Amino acid sequence: MPASGCDAKAVFGLPEALDARVTHYCPGCTHGVIHRLVAEVLDELGLRKSAVGMAPVGCAVLAYDYFACDMVQCSHGRAPAVATGIKRGRPDLTVFTYQGDGDLASIGMAEIIHAANRGEKITVVFVNNAIYGMTAGQMAPTTLPRQVTTTTPDGRDPDLCGHPIRVAELVSALRTPAFVARGAVHVPGEIVRTKDLLRRAFRHQSEKTCFSLIEILSTCPTNWGLPPDEALRWVQQNMVPYYPLGVFKEPGGIDRAPKPL
Amino acid sequence: MAKKLMKGCEAIGEAAIRAGCKLFFGYPITPQNEIPEYMSHRLPQVGGAFVQAESELAASNMIYGAAACGERVFTSSSSPGISLMQEAMSYIAASELPVVVVNIMRSGPGLGGILPTQSDYAQATKGGGHGDYRVLSLAPWSVQEAADLVADAFDLADFYRTPVYVLGDGLIGQMMEPVEFPEDRKPLRPLPPKTWATTGWRGDRPRAVVNSLFLDPIKCEQQNAKLQARYAQMRAEEVRSAYYGDEGDLDVLVVAYGTVARVTLTAMEDMKATGLKVGMLRPITVWPFPRDALAEAAERAKAILVAELSCGQMLEDVWLSTASMRPVHFLGHQGGVLLAPEEVSAAIRDVAAGRSAEVRYAG
Repeated sequence: MPASGCDAKAVFGLPEALDARVTHYCPGCTHGVIHRLVAEVLDELGLRKSAVGMAPVGCAVLAYDYFACDMVQCSHGRAPAVATGIKRGRPDLTVFTYQGDGDLASIGMAEIIHAANRGEKITVVFVNNAIYGMTAGQMAPTTLPRQVTTTTPDGRDPDLCGHPIRVAELVSALRTPAFVARGAVHVPGEIVRTKDLLRRAFRHQSEKTCFSLIEILSTCPTNWGLPPDEALRWVQQNMVPYYPLGVFKEPGGIDRAPKPL
Repeated sequence: MAKKLMKGCEAIGEAAIRAGCKLFFGYPITPQNEIPEYMSHRLPQVGGAFVQAESELAASNMIYGAAACGERVFTSSSSPGISLMQEAMSYIAASELPVVVVNIMRSGPGLGGILPTQSDYAQATKGGGHGDYRVLSLAPWSVQEAADLVADAFDLADFYRTPVYVLGDGLIGQMMEPVEFPEDRKPLRPLPPKTWATTGWRGDRPRAVVNSLFLDPIKCEQQNAKLQARYAQMRAEEVRSAYYGDEGDLDVLVVAYGTVARVTLTAMEDMKATGLKVGMLRPITVWPFPRDALAEAAERAKAILVAELSCGQMLEDVWLSTASMRPVHFLGHQGGVLLAPEEVSAAIRDVAAGRSAEVRYAG
């Protein structure tokens, strides 16, 4: 009760599904925003007590220090396989993976595609910031053409490195029903929309409907070499045009994937 | 239950189900395909789940997940597939999770061939993946023993929170023998509750975090020490071996495990008339290695003959265990070529008659 006795109520605080920790993420990095959105959704859907999260290898390797639920740290790229083991053993648990672009779209491409194709009833939170963060700025499968990284000093050359992989579109092309969408967190409106996508993804899991993957465009000011505010603008100017936002696949609804003959 | 004629691979699968294992994740590879095939039709009957993984990498990480949430789980593969699983084995060992892994060994290196060998001994006994860890490795010599050891493997895995290997060769996997599953089998020892499992955090216990990352070197060293203490306990309490043959002084002591020990026993029976005093020590746990039992038997022997289907991987453990107290001789085949009883008995006679050259550690 407030000392004044007035009828004030808290309208903002730490979600129950997040532990109060000093962040290890760099200033301006949007991993923290995405952590918070996942935690808020777990709280709002009443899933925190059944949640088991998979931490990746990458900047989010310490995700187990932030999410206030049971967690498993996975080897690089294998989170969807580990999640499969848990979900098949304990279908009553709410199983999610939290993976970066190197983890999911490079070393873990087989695991994500096959988990999606089996229709595992898990939720994948895929954070795409177009670069390897933790290892200090190497090219990712999602690095944009001409983007400079420590392993593409003259910018990514699509003739040598191929074009950036659009994961949401790739996963949507599978025939197995799924909920697949791409959001972003560089402006408040997109943060709200991304939270809604996460909510729908976890609901598909709790209702046992289908596999769900939410790709989220994120920033890496440190390795992009940009101040935080410019990094947010860089997402809008460079990433959103190549990685369009929206829902790509929904059971019984939107399906931008090619139709089978 | 009456004895039933079963293929080794199928007996292994049935033994796992009777041990309460309801989850199997695996990838096809010869000569162990009958295990996933058996599990794919039996597990749904007992309310379990079978997943044919996209690779051994994925299968080994699926068992990591299933073990993390406290479920009994196993996988099986053969040599090249087991190599692919080593990343997960290191994580599983480091994260202190119980899993059972069956390796029906085939020849190598590389793609090798599909016929039986014992050339994954070093991988199974020295760790296998990166970092300082060991896995308890059980080596059956019959279909019945394979079934029995699979049941034990689940208990040992749960008790020590470690991967346990059942190390068979293609013969164990493919041959048919009578097998009996005990109806009233009790756990090897009381098993602790899995309070560490990620079953959802309701606040009634500390949050469960399955993890092998320790960025603080002191904490990483402490975790290593914890694992080593457990390995010391396994060395003290889990060593298994069997001895066959003369109880007194020996002309030759044979050291052999798995199907090679079966062949050696036949050779010993065939050569009884020669009057040679022969004994055989059969490691059942190849790790921890039966060092004391071997040293004790070696005391009574004039010479030691190591017989195995590799270029001499167990040979090194025999040297280390006997510390050059007796001359050591070697008989081996590789590539899927098997040892015949006649070949083993000829080698025993050669060693006894001084016609065989001692082999020394060559680095």
